Amino acid sequence: MSHLTKFEVFLLLSVIKVAVVLVITLMCVAYTVLLERKLIGRMQNRWGPSRVGPFGLLQPLVDGAKLFLKEDLMPLAVERPLFLAAPMIALGCALVSVAVVPFGAITRVQGVDIFQVASVNIGLLVILGITSIGVYGIALSGWSSNNKYSLLGSLRSTAQVISYELALGLSLVGVVLRAQSLNLRTIVDSQSAHGMLSWNIFGGFQFVAFFIYLMAAYAETNRAPFDLPEAETELVAGYHTEYSSMKFAMFFMAEYANMITVSCVATLLFFGGASSPFGHLIPAVGGAFVQAILSVFWFVAKVFAFLFLYIWVRSTLPRFRYDQLMSFGWKFLLPLAMANIIVTSFVLAMRG
Amino acid sequence: MQLALFIIFGALALGGALNLLFQRHPINSALSLVVVMMSLAVLYWSLGAEFLAAAQVIVYSGAIMVLFVFVIMLLNAGEEQKTHGSRAAYTVGIPGAAAIFCLLSFVFLSQGGALKSANIGGDLGNGEDNIAAVSAMLFTKQLLPFEVTSILILVAILGAVVLARKEQ
Repeated sequence: MSHLTKFEVFLLLSVIKVAVVLVITLMCVAYTVLLERKLIGRMQNRWGPSRVGPFGLLQPLVDGAKLFLKEDLMPLAVERPLFLAAPMIALGCALVSVAVVPFGAITRVQGVDIFQVASVNIGLLVILGITSIGVYGIALSGWSSNNKYSLLGSLRSTAQVISYELALGLSLVGVVLRAQSLNLRTIVDSQSAHGMLSWNIFGGFQFVAFFIYLMAAYAETNRAPFDLPEAETELVAGYHTEYSSMKFAMFFMAEYANMITVSCVATLLFFGGASSPFGHLIPAVGGAFVQAILSVFWFVAKVFAFLFLYIWVRSTLPRFRYDQLMSFGWKFLLPLAMANIIVTSFVLAMRG
Repeated sequence: MQLALFIIFGALALGGALNLLFQRHPINSALSLVVVMMSLAVLYWSLGAEFLAAAQVIVYSGAIMVLFVFVIMLLNAGEEQKTHGSRAAYTVGIPGAAAIFCLLSFVFLSQGGALKSANIGGDLGNGEDNIAAVSAMLFTKQLLPFEVTSILILVAILGAVVLARKEQ
């Protein structure tokens, strides 16, 4: 590598990082769908997909091929450019936010951190900003479809996402106050002193904030029990009623990619990111390589636990009514999040 | 690389602004405004104001413009039609805009020495954290204007509630 300049090395490694992270995220999306079908199947006392490949493991690939090969219907009355742009906005925003997530302990190769695509000093705000841009995908898809069920679904979804964004953002303020930074790496480092005891949810006493975040995140990603935008019993399929083939698949992938992002943020902010739950109780064995792999292992395990929780909740809880959803967000979660900020900053001020 | 960022996003902002004016359909205009705001956010970031950039994206493109789009969708507004007023706006507006452009560029060119030259993208490389500086400034020296602004927003919220409430 000696004949390459520093900038060329940086560029090359960055391109490789982006490609690898993108492929892994898309594979995770595909297999989260399989995980969901399998787990819900088990919870409802049936098998789930089991025919394609061993234990149905090839099902996501076959599903992908099916969606690719389906006929791409384009209704006559749609607003064509926006109808095409909407799924791209949805999927693009869902995939971009993975770029700022640090998914392993800091590991430098040629001066470039290989376990984070972009280390940004306002990483948390970047994720919140991208989430708030993602609303356009849903809003535009409903409007440009020229279908009243789609429009109702997208209006519901836009209102829901804007309302819960406030509670979501405010629930993270307590964590930011403790870490004194918006850099995700710094936030993770602030929780890595004593393993599980220094995680924000336990040692940081941010469990109220965590539960607010969890509920707001379910609403943000339009998942059960807050999946009113696509409530099939009343709205056919909500905002993606008119979409077929690959464009439908893009919405589908965006939903699961958003789930993964939200789980990553929960892991980073409340559960110590890539740090081990045992802290220094277990001696570091096996050298630098094993330690790097181990940190990625802890991160993936935590994210997987959150995805499991998502699926568990979906197969357990019934759907909310729309007015219940709104009053829950505005009258319960928002005041609670503000109270959490006041108490946290008061305690920090007394201590410091 | 920073100069390239400036050129790309400056051009995008200009293109979005022109498209905003020339589009007939309100939703296309609203979306062009979103493009303008996002490119402005990138320009802020390349000047080292990363908090301002994030606030721009979250507040303007993520909240205010979503409400604009929301209202346009709810009202199902159609294409604009040419009226007497719009023709008058063309005849007065274009020379007016040109005059303001000339005036501003004259001021910037003649007072170039007094204005410090901006270091385009110079603060991207050594990421200095200016959020602490911004908040310290807001809560010490600028505390009164800051609080007065929040009271203004509170009054606006109360006004909206009064207007939206049903008559008993």
